[in-house]
Amino acid sequence: MRLPCPVCGERDLREFTYQGDAVRLERPLPTAGGDAWDSYLHLRDNPAGLTRDLWQHGAGCGAWLVVTRDTVSHAVHSAVLAREARHAD
Amino acid sequence: MVELMTKSPCAGLLPITRGALSLSEEDAGTVTSLASYDGQAGALSEALQAAHGVSFPAPGRVRGQGGTLCSWSGLDQAFLIGPEPDPDLSRYAAVTDQSDAWAVVRLTGAGCEDVLARLVPVDLRLRVFSPGQSARSLLGHLPVLLLRQEVESFLILAFRSMAGTLVEDLDTAMSSVTARSGG
Repeated sequence: MRLPCPVCGERDLREFTYQGDAVRLERPLPTAGGDAWDSYLHLRDNPAGLTRDLWQHGAGCGAWLVVTRDTVSHAVHSAVLAREARHAD
Repeated sequence: MVELMTKSPCAGLLPITRGALSLSEEDAGTVTSLASYDGQAGALSEALQAAHGVSFPAPGRVRGQGGTLCSWSGLDQAFLIGPEPDPDLSRYAAVTDQSDAWAVVRLTGAGCEDVLARLVPVDLRLRVFSPGQSARSLLGHLPVLLLRQEVESFLILAFRSMAGTLVEDLDTAMSSVTARSGG
């Protein structure tokens, strides 16, 4: 598996660390209530198909990335810097 | 009074020669990490140019030569290698002295690409990775910064605490490449 780092180019999987679902970028407000925080902390979808994950390019540029990939075909569609993905929302 | 002596990271380990390949330790001078503050990348580059004659490098690039190098070293970060950093730079960037944190070695000779191909998961062939380029990657298990300044020479920076492993891994790969070529 190779991931297309937007800074370094396409790199081998061993340079990256998986950091969980990209839903972690959508932190609720402190006042959002118990249900929203329960969902944010504990509830994850388990999609067959497109999924958005956080990966850290720790052995490369150090950037956190949002990688869009397909859990069925194993295709990797895109990777963008997490800070830009968050600002785009 | 006690006289403290400087001990280099690879003291007692280098230099070594295996066939046409040689590995030696470099005294790189001062290694300074420059991480620009938010929105200050342009101003930092101008201050670098004024003080040291090099601009802030694009990702995967090295600027300068001889005693002053500036290599990209990560997201919004570069290493100034050689001179003491100008105090003015700290207005635009987090400036951190990292001189004692890095082991700096130079791998030279015909076949040095083949040595690194055994250890580094990045294509370092000349047509992809030419002089003036740099990369953060792994060498075996070690995080490294690789700089290419000449066709048959790589500068390799690894964490000082891992200098022994760095030399051992490179020595093994150099010996294997040399044996393969009949050297």
